[in-house]
Parts: sequence; structure tokens; C-alpha cells
Amino acid sequence: MPLSASEPYDLAVIGAGSAGLAGAVTAGELGLSVALLDTSVQTGGQFYRTPAPTLGAVRPEALHHDWSAYTDLRRRLARSDVRHLPGHHVWSVTKDDEEGVGGGAGDGLWAVHAVTGADGGGERPVRVRARAVLLATGAYERQLPFPGWTLPGVVGAGGAQAMLKSGLVLPGRRVVVAGSGPLLLAVASSLAAAGARVPAVVEASGYLRYARHPRALATNPHKAAEALIHGAALLRHRVRLRPRSAVTEVHGTDRVEAVTVTRLDRDWRPVRGTGRRIACDALAVGHGLVPQIELATALDCATRPLPDGTRALALDGLQETSVRGLWAAGEAGGVGGAQLARLEGELAAVAVAARILGRPAHAGRVRELGRRRERMRAFADAMAAVHAPAPGWPRWLTDDTDVCRCEEVTAGRIREAVEDLGARDGRTVKLLTRAGMGWCQGRMCGAAVACLAARGRTAEPPAERRPFATPVPLSALATLDDPTMPLVTESEGPADDPGGHTTTTFEPDASPGDS
Amino acid sequence: MARTPAELVGAQPGPPFRITFDGRAVTALPGQSVAAALWGAGILAWRTTRVGGRPRGAFCGIGQCYDCLATINGEPNRRACLVPARPGDTITTQEGHGRAALGV
Repeated sequence: MPLSASEPYDLAVIGAGSAGLAGAVTAGELGLSVALLDTSVQTGGQFYRTPAPTLGAVRPEALHHDWSAYTDLRRRLARSDVRHLPGHHVWSVTKDDEEGVGGGAGDGLWAVHAVTGADGGGERPVRVRARAVLLATGAYERQLPFPGWTLPGVVGAGGAQAMLKSGLVLPGRRVVVAGSGPLLLAVASSLAAAGARVPAVVEASGYLRYARHPRALATNPHKAAEALIHGAALLRHRVRLRPRSAVTEVHGTDRVEAVTVTRLDRDWRPVRGTGRRIACDALAVGHGLVPQIELATALDCATRPLPDGTRALALDGLQETSVRGLWAAGEAGGVGGAQLARLEGELAAVAVAARILGRPAHAGRVRELGRRRERMRAFADAMAAVHAPAPGWPRWLTDDTDVCRCEEVTAGRIREAVEDLGARDGRTVKLLTRAGMGWCQGRMCGAAVACLAARGRTAEPPAERRPFATPVPLSALATLDDPTMPLVTESEGPADDPGGHTTTTFEPDASPGDS
Repeated sequence: MARTPAELVGAQPGPPFRITFDGRAVTALPGQSVAAALWGAGILAWRTTRVGGRPRGAFCGIGQCYDCLATINGEPNRRACLVPARPGDTITTQEGHGRAALGV
């Protein structure tokens, strides 16, 4: 435990989802002092996103799988000394070269910089110092553009699920679910369970492609069981599954009225004459998940390309990045689901504790966790390969389709930058067109721009480099050299008074009695 | 079979309250984000884009896409999917960058 106000934590965990929670509680149980930072008021991340207590959900588990795994983590958090810091948006992690109080974890200390409040607009930026950092930053949803996708009523598939899980609302009454990846099945079954009519799930890949990975399937039976559960739910709700198809057009003037679903060939090129119109008032669309890694890439951590054209952090067998003292767990190391995230969070915590306390990790525990990790990672890679966007998808686009939603840059302008002006990567396209220069810093258009710049060849996964993980006001930057900037330490009062216009109450999420 | 999300999870929310959207009364439940309250009222757009003046609302639902920026109590560029709704909140459609008053 930190002894004085300036004493750093042993470990700062960024993200309180499955990986971060498992990492924080394990590290706490092994005797480390831990700070757990997360943007949300409640723990759980995106997978275990739950309604606020004031919404009085008696059966929150109705929207979840493996609910008991989460309630177990929550109970362990409540019993621990982990300092949960909700409403903290981490925008940068830096190496603090002041007094080298290494504490055995590395050289010098880490400084984790956060803005506070519900949407980061609080007046009090804070800094947390720690001997080690565990990045458990999760993922965001990958999007591929198509005509009409900026119309109100078109929402992310994960977005629809997030709004449902936390706000108990639906984007419409008749919701088509489209894109690619296993998340679509989960989204469709939860929307249908919550009362939406789901006319179709439109999947660009063919599910038969899983048959090419028999070993990964055979060694991960729980994944097959999950698929069967979703499949049964879809049958029960009379949801039609339309594989090897895509939504190629959205109809409506101010909001979605219908979509056109078109068959795709093996390269995801639309097959002429196969378009069929489906009436709906909303469309939930997404193409899998992208590891959220910019805090690490800013520190020059090594990355690895994944079979689905995204980029993840390269980690060693104990979850450490290529930068000493910086660990990662969960989706940041490659999208593999909540179960794998919990396991990796635990493994990382064991490794951090061994480093900080200067004693070897429990070999049996490490071996067992490592074995299970490899098995689940193999399935994750198979899944990524099955749902990787094929090179023909840009044929969905018309010249006036917006590709970059923030800056309203059309496919026509991006093609011009590539074909006439010689841009060969996303960065050059950005310099020529502003695509990726907006508020979201290329998260929504990055995958698409990379494909368009590759001109039909295999695209280089976006670098996921963003100097700021979240936009911050200049006032937050101004406090960086300010010696009076609040330091969050164990011995202080709450550091999460957001100040300013945000009056969210941040109650550390530690409800011992779980429904 | 549940007919609504609230029914699915057996929600027994605290007393609803009122916010306004462009002067129109909207009922919100305690604990909902501004975006969730607007969706609950069937409102899907609360911003117009800077270049084309096109309507936008919540898209990613998790604070990553910035499509859901709204003017809340006079302050532009708030992420409606993250900001909790509070009794009496005044939400107005954000035109472009939301800072027309600056004349830039």
C-alpha cells in the first residue's frame, strides 16, 4: 500500500471490463496496491454493460451470458482494497522520469493522465502514478461504409446492444442486423428478446468457412455451444439468417425506411440482380471488433497484424508488451471474447505481482493459464479469418457514399486521392482528403480507408496511432506541467469529483449483494 | 416473451422526469443517458453535420464515434450517449460545430 500522498500505486489498470476487473482483483489479492480507471460509472466494460441502479433492473442477467463470472469479479472487487476510479477517461500514458522509484517493475514510474466526468468534460484532469500499467482497453466496432449508412436509424451492431444493455432502449421496432462476425448473432438474439422484430441477420461471410478450422472448433466446444444457443434463439424469434449477403443500400430521407440486401460472391462483390428490399425502421451493422491500442502505440509498443486485417498488441507469454513494465490483457492483444479476457487479466496480474514483489510467479498457475490462453487464441484467430473483409466490398460504394462520417469525405474523393494523386496508405489519404481527421480520429473510417488505399490488394491494417486516446480540452494540457495537478493516491479522499458542468455521481461500483 | 427491454430485465425504475428536446417535452428514466432518453421517445437525430447539414444521432453507443454530439443546456459537443439525462435538461439540435455564436 502506498505509504504517503506521493507514493505511487504498484499497478494502474486501465479499463474495468472483463480483463481489467480480473487483473485488478487478482493483483489486489496478491498484495499489490491497485488503481482501476474506467470511463464508465459502472464496471463491466462493454460486454457486461448494465443499466444504472436507478433503472431498477431485477433481471440484468437476461441480457447477458456468463453473468455469474461478472458477479464473482464484482464481489471480489468489493472485498478488495482496489481503488476504483470511475468516470476517468485516460488520454495518455507517459513514462515519469522523476525520481526513479522503480520498485522492481521497470525503470522510473508510469503516469496515467485522465480527464474526468461522464464525457471527459470535467474540470479536473488527474494523474495516477504507478510502477506498472495493465492496459485492458478493450475494442471498438469496425465499420465498412455503404450507401445510406449515415442515415439516422443506422447504428452500430455493438452500438444497438450497448444502448439496450445500459439504457433499455431500441433504435426501432423492426431492426435488420448486418455486417460480419459472431457478434451479429448475439445482437440479433438480444434485440429480439427485448421485443424488437428482427426480419433478417445479414452476414457477409459463409458460416461454412468455420469448417476449415476443425481443430479450433473441437478444442473450444463452449464457443460452438454459444452459437447453438444464439441459433436456437433466432429460430424461436423467426429471424432469417442470410449468409454471403450484405446491405448495399439504405432507403429513407430522414430516417431508415428499408434496406436492400444483395447476395455477395466469394470476394464480397455484389451479385447483380439479387437485391431484395426489406422494410425496417433501423439497421444495426458492424464488422467485428478492432483492438483499442493507441495508448500503447503512442509508447512504441510492438503490434501484430491479425487475420482479419486489424492490428493488436504483440504480447509475450505473460501478457507483457514490448515495452518493459507495460502489460495488456483482453481485446487489446487480439479480439477473443470475455472468457479469454478474464484469463489474460489474471495471467497479467500474476506476472506483474511476480515482478513487483521480486519473486517467481506460481509456475503451475502460469502454465495452466497459458495453456488455456493458447487454445482460446487459436479459436479467435480462426474466427478472425472467417470474417475478414474480402477485397470486393468497395464495390458496394457509390462515389457519393460518405466514408469518413466525421469529415463527410466521400468514396469518390478518396478514390481520387488514391487513383489520381497516388496515395497508398491511410495517412496520405488523410492529408489529401481529411478522412480520419475528425472527432473520432479515424476509428470509424480507418478500416475502409486502408482498403481503398490498397486498391484491391491486401490492406495494411491501420496503425491505430492517436496522440490522444480521447479529445481533451487545452486546459487539460496546460495542467501537465502544473505541480498542483491532482495526483490520485491511496491516502487521499475521492479524486473523482468531476467538477465543471458534469454532475454525475461516481460511486465506486462495489455492490456486495448481487441480484 | 418480453415486449420491451424494460420488461425483459424486470425494470422497476425510479420516478421518470422531464427533459426537453428542441422545446418538445421528453420523458426520461433515471439512469438513462441523454441518447437513451431520446431513443426512448423515438428521436434518432439531434445534430446536423458541418458540411452537408445532414441529421445524425447515436451510432456506436460507447463514446467512440462522436456522431451523437448534442448541445446540452447550451453547451455544444457533448456526447449524448455518455452524458446522463437529468431533470430539466434542455437538449437542442446541434447545428454544425455548435459554436455559431463565435462567428467562425
